[in-house]
Amino acid sequence: MGHRTIIPFGPQHPVLPEPIHIDLVVEDEKVVEAVPSIGFIHRGLERLVEKKDFVEFVYIAERICGICSFIHGQTYCQGVEEIMKIEVPTRAKYLRTIWGELSRIHSHLLWAGLMADGFGFESLFMHSWRVREQVLDIIEATTGGRVIFGSCKVGGARRDISPEQMTWMLKQLEVVEKEMRLIVDVFMNDDSVKHRLCGVGVISKADAISLGAVGPTLRGSGVADDMRLLKYAAFGELDFAPISRTDGDSYSRCAVRCDELFQSLDIIRQAAAKMPTGEIAVKVTGNPSGEFFSRVEQPRGEVVYYIKGNGTKNLTRFRARTPTFANVPALVKMLAGCELADVPVLVLTIDPCISCTER
Amino acid sequence: MIEEQTIIGVMPETLVAEVRKLCEQGYRLVQICATRLGEELQMDYSFDLNRKFVNFRFLLPKTGGRVPSITGVYFCAFTYENEISDLFGVQVEGNALDFKGNFYTTAMKHPFIQDAVPASVPAPAKPGVQ
Repeated sequence: MGHRTIIPFGPQHPVLPEPIHIDLVVEDEKVVEAVPSIGFIHRGLERLVEKKDFVEFVYIAERICGICSFIHGQTYCQGVEEIMKIEVPTRAKYLRTIWGELSRIHSHLLWAGLMADGFGFESLFMHSWRVREQVLDIIEATTGGRVIFGSCKVGGARRDISPEQMTWMLKQLEVVEKEMRLIVDVFMNDDSVKHRLCGVGVISKADAISLGAVGPTLRGSGVADDMRLLKYAAFGELDFAPISRTDGDSYSRCAVRCDELFQSLDIIRQAAAKMPTGEIAVKVTGNPSGEFFSRVEQPRGEVVYYIKGNGTKNLTRFRARTPTFANVPALVKMLAGCELADVPVLVLTIDPCISCTER
Repeated sequence: MIEEQTIIGVMPETLVAEVRKLCEQGYRLVQICATRLGEELQMDYSFDLNRKFVNFRFLLPKTGGRVPSITGVYFCAFTYENEISDLFGVQVEGNALDFKGNFYTTAMKHPFIQDAVPASVPAPAKPGVQ
């Protein structure tokens, strides 16, 4: 056995400007063990249900994360609507689907840029984020916000997308698709990229399940599980099948996200074509009494909200289990045995969002 | 309804054995959650197999509650068990990766079982300032 040294990774690191800390136990250049630490900026947002009523709390839920903010709001609203047995208008379900998939595209492009930056491909990073800006422009035009959409509420949606906006959005997405194909081609076929990703950080199918992995981390290991199969929002009326890869390495996780970019475009187009006319929200009366585990597929994987109400305007309990929190054990597993130089890339392959995790 | 959710009452003493049965069937650990209900804590252990949601539930006293660790069955439970230990003060016996109360940095001990959250936590005094 060689000499063992502990190298701290984070909470401040050039590759990941979010506070996660990992003690890397290394022998020469090989990592033999990784011990994670989070909780540096835990915000205790869950207890704010005691101060904000259940209608206002959607604003807090959206602020759990700046990337998948809309889907946090959607998960919360769907949970409360289940408890209160509110039937959301079909048009609102389609609007939620469209904004959710736009969120997924911009989140995956954000990840693509960070990943490219992580393995030193600066121009790929810049191109990924340039295209992401175009998606953010669409989000801004349809919701009024670029980070916090504020367009989801208990009972439906706050905003509608006009036919003119929809036509413009679909035209813009054609441009985005062409640009994304160029980026994805580099991610999937460039030798220098494949050299950094193929065969690195392998998680087997059995490990992915037993370690509680979710999202592209789970699907990259051959498990075609996706909460959109629950048919929430408009997914019950749209053609959708989860994307998965079987190799379980960094390249597989990357490929799943790349394929999901185009799948999300397809879902948006389907939703735009099938969206019915009508109301976008119903009036909500009364207070939630009951409980529900609300599960939705975020860009990083399954998010779970436990919502419990006792008939008053303030919920008894709001609990959020975010996808990054679930993927930390898988990260620990994939780091053990890797080369020290691969650590930043491996951390990025789970697409960590510490802002979510420190809710 | 989006999905059927099965909630099953268990005893803390039989928790590990019940969890092992689900693990052997291929279930994935979804989450562990504590909820304060007056002077008790409601413990929830959630699992999923092909989007079939099963939840084990039992009650503990608000303070001094003990549960056996399930990290011997699902190693990934270490994050959740450290979380309920830090935020709710639940004593988890046998956690394979026990941070001993240092998983989260919190301004107060076990903040989620405190009766009221202070409006603001006083900032620590700066060195040299009286």
